[in-house]
Amino acid sequence: MTLELLLQYLVAGLTYGSIYAVVAIGFNIIYNATGIINFAQGEFVMLGGMIAVSLSRAVPLPLAVAGAVAATAAVGALVEVAFVRWLKRPGVLRLIVITIGVAILLREGALAAWGEGVRSLPYFTGDEVSAISLAGARVSPQVLWVLGTTALIVAFLSFFFGHTMVGWEMRACASNREAAALCGIPTRNLVTLSFVLSAAIGALAGCVVSPITYTSYAIGGPLAIKGFTVAILGGLGNSGGAVAAGLVLGVLESLSVSLLPTAYKDVVTLTILLAILVVRPSGLFGSREASRLRDFG
Amino acid sequence: MRTSRAAQVAAFGAVVVAAQLAASGAGKAFFLTQLTMSAYYTLAVLGLSLLMGYAGQISLGQAGFFAIGGYTSALLTTLDLSSRRGHPAVAALVRLHLATPRPDLFGGQVLGLSPWLACLAAVVLGAAVAVALGVPVLRLRGHYLAMATLAFGTIVSSIAVGTQALGAADGISGVPPFELVPGLRVGGGSADRVPNYYLAWGLVALAMLLLLNLIHSRTGRALAAIHGAEDAARAMGVDAGALKLRTFVLAAVTATVSGVLLTHYNGGIGPSEAGVMKSVRYVAIVAVGGMGSLWGTLTASAVLNFLSLRGYFGAYDDAVFGGILVAVMLFFPDGILAADLRALLSRVAPRRAPGEET
Repeated sequence: MTLELLLQYLVAGLTYGSIYAVVAIGFNIIYNATGIINFAQGEFVMLGGMIAVSLSRAVPLPLAVAGAVAATAAVGALVEVAFVRWLKRPGVLRLIVITIGVAILLREGALAAWGEGVRSLPYFTGDEVSAISLAGARVSPQVLWVLGTTALIVAFLSFFFGHTMVGWEMRACASNREAAALCGIPTRNLVTLSFVLSAAIGALAGCVVSPITYTSYAIGGPLAIKGFTVAILGGLGNSGGAVAAGLVLGVLESLSVSLLPTAYKDVVTLTILLAILVVRPSGLFGSREASRLRDFG
Repeated sequence: MRTSRAAQVAAFGAVVVAAQLAASGAGKAFFLTQLTMSAYYTLAVLGLSLLMGYAGQISLGQAGFFAIGGYTSALLTTLDLSSRRGHPAVAALVRLHLATPRPDLFGGQVLGLSPWLACLAAVVLGAAVAVALGVPVLRLRGHYLAMATLAFGTIVSSIAVGTQALGAADGISGVPPFELVPGLRVGGGSADRVPNYYLAWGLVALAMLLLLNLIHSRTGRALAAIHGAEDAARAMGVDAGALKLRTFVLAAVTATVSGVLLTHYNGGIGPSEAGVMKSVRYVAIVAVGGMGSLWGTLTASAVLNFLSLRGYFGAYDDAVFGGILVAVMLFFPDGILAADLRALLSRVAPRRAPGEET
């Protein structure tokens, strides 16, 4: 393999990997607030891309993206209010099954609304052939948009959880819900907010990646499994770990394509997931204690 | 207890006979085909019901085991060994009647492996995969177990779609009927329709008897203890790990066998049988029937699979199962069909409903 080719795979891997990282962070936000793994996380990414594509026919691109993020965030809130909020002490099994059902409903709803077709947004800058030369590898400017947006999301979240009152309240809610409620923190609303946040960042990721990977109603499921792999790999609840793990997984997957048939790409990821679950359920970057603390990374 | 169990199975038998007579009498004998297919899906669902409802372990990989069964049998029975007739191993198989010649679609002769051998291979493979997966994965709980089994199901599905030898997106067709005893074969010919219907539901009745015996045994009570509180069960000397593994393997083997039989009945298998949506559908059916209610699961499976196979849900097939799943879990976490029984039980002996705090 030439150095250029290796670099090309690396860039492709980082692009996909950063999307996995955003999905994983979405898992983490909801997991930290509620202890739920939201199996519909991948559907938020799908919805973001699909809504933006539809809106972009009527309004300029930035508005379409903003509208898609807002609409998906509203869907996130709706999911929480309709399916989670009013349950009294639900068991984990029950919540898993409910979020799986919600994922199917969102997916089938998208199928009914948009059909089976594959869509994509236009490139944010330039077009599909424009490329920046990077040490001999050709990189689409959209890749920079994806990486930049991921970095922005991570930076925003770390500021939000580290330096704002609402962020602190969410962390308090994550570490001890009863105690937080006793301090007058509106824990129920914060749980809704956690769904809104993770839906919004998922939708944003779905928009920026859409020109490269395309969007269709069915992309949510595989994304959720990969995002979960990354969340576990990075230590459940640990967002810094999720970014590192996302990039690692993206690159591994991208390199696997050069060795194995493309159809087996998912098999590689999932085998990694199974191996990690079995050998080190607390993740590569998390200690057992840290994952038990359930704090934001 | 024993008599009531026998009475239940007898009543079930009566319903099966009545359904056949009604369908044939009304001139809708073709309904029996979908009912037979429902029976095979029911086998897979009953195994899952034991695992979810009694042992309290979720599996989103049941369709993976179904596909392992179906694909193994399809692959082995559609192999044509006639060009390797001279090979000593093939000659030995022919001598043992484990490979028999049969005419193919184009009038030629193919030498195919016996479905019995294929079925045996499928069960061994299914059980081996279940052990290999179950040993590490069953240590996980809750969403980890759900994701791990989901990952397994997705791996099987990706392999089925991505492998040319398994027919990729088209699957494998031309699978011969499975002759169980002379004159009785699992296959889709319309002359075999009624015998096949009784054969399939007879197997379901047999599975029911075995499972009912199991859950009313010492093992069944230990499973219920694990479901209620695993740590407490362990403290009472229940070997939770071994029991969960055995249940997981049993559930996997029922799915494998049902995959083998349905593939021979349909004459083929496609990758959609391996899909994650199929696994979710099995979970939905168990949820409707009621966690921990084998009869409820049986009823739900027969009805929902039949309606789905007849195409009553149209393009919304998957959406219907998703909606059912959400609605049941929101409003009837113990299942719709089991709700009355549970209410009665809780009045007699109040206890926390299973499914909570698992």
